[in-house]
Amino acid sequence: MRELDLDLDAFEGPFDLLLTLLLREELEPIEIDIAAIVLAFVERLAEREEIDLEACGEFLVLVSALLELKARLLFPDEAAELDALEPEEAAEELARRLGEYRRMKEAAVWLAERLAGERDRWFRLGPAPLAPQPERRLAPQDSNALAVALRALAVPPPAVSLSHMALRFPPVSQFLDRFRTLLSRRRRFDFESEVIGLYRVEQAVAFLALLELRKSGEIALSQAAPFAPIRIARVDDERITTWTARSA
Amino acid sequence: MDSTLRLIATNPLDQLARTIEALLIVASAPLSVAELAEAAEDDPERVETALGLLRERFGERRSGIVLEQVAGGYAFRASREASGACARLFERPIERGLSHAALETLAVVAYLGPCSRPEVARIRGVAADSAVASLVERGLISEAGRESGPGGAVRYRTTPLFERVFGLESLAALPRLDDLGADGEQIRERLLEVASARAS
Repeated sequence: MRELDLDLDAFEGPFDLLLTLLLREELEPIEIDIAAIVLAFVERLAEREEIDLEACGEFLVLVSALLELKARLLFPDEAAELDALEPEEAAEELARRLGEYRRMKEAAVWLAERLAGERDRWFRLGPAPLAPQPERRLAPQDSNALAVALRALAVPPPAVSLSHMALRFPPVSQFLDRFRTLLSRRRRFDFESEVIGLYRVEQAVAFLALLELRKSGEIALSQAAPFAPIRIARVDDERITTWTARSA
Repeated sequence: MDSTLRLIATNPLDQLARTIEALLIVASAPLSVAELAEAAEDDPERVETALGLLRERFGERRSGIVLEQVAGGYAFRASREASGACARLFERPIERGLSHAALETLAVVAYLGPCSRPEVARIRGVAADSAVASLVERGLISEAGRESGPGGAVRYRTTPLFERVFGLESLAALPRLDDLGADGEQIRERLLEVASARAS
């Protein structure tokens, strides 16, 4: 079984060598196609007339250990648990799990036998009879209070304002022109002082214009701290040249 | 003969037995002694004595109806000698086509329940989704809360119907797990042998 020849994407050679390489961590279990190993083994079994139970058992143990190793590597949270396991501990763990499954399998056999033995027991099946429901009594109600509640519900709701839908967005170019004119007269100014009194939408468009100017390298922006005033300064010709050259 | 009948009719315990008989006839699920006592407005101990009386009256080969203690209560069923006739009249949809995988899943839930599908899958080594769904549909298992933590998996346990179908007085009537899988030690030794070979 150990001399089973494999031709996988990640490995070509005997199964024994593959195991050695894996144990020496010279080969990653993640790269190994375990289904292909199983297929190769099954094909080899089919070629033989007799089934070597010993070899089959050994193969099952090894390939399942390999599968578990790969699964744990695929789910690294559980890798630490596996790393700590020695072969004997892994065998103990496997034996425990196999024992647990074997007991459940035998319990299933017991249930099947029990079911077969009880085949001549017939009983009535049906929905559970309805238990008598306790009578629900409402507390005495005032009809006037009900009328008041209904009247409150009948009041038409307040009209929804649609004023925000009529907002007009000024063009960004308007603010570009405005800021360029301003910068031709002054070397620096505060954003807030220029947009004070404008609508929020206009302030937003003005800010977009600022970003456009910054993008084209015409201004330098600075802000001492978050929410502090935004200061806009003219970038002199020399700095523009430097910036343009660097960006180019 | 007349005097005997009068004697039975006037015996208060016999009157209670007749009431219990009526309750068991209308019930579709086994009734516990407490439920019978509450419905009959009588003492539980007297109910048990009356049940003993009914058990004698409704025994195999004595009546077409048999009183049995099952699923934590008492219920009537057909006598075994009438099973052939019953089979010609009815089907058994609960047990029909119960696969080996479903029986294994049922065993895990019966012994370890309440337990979730991932727990069943861990023990059986394969996904248990369809087996669990089939058992729920048959009414042999039912949901029993969720595992702790957010998004916890649904847990399942066996139903009284499971005990009734399998003729169990309760889950305690299942064989002890320690008595099953006796050759576990042999497997363990073989695995350890392989492990030693791998380590060397």
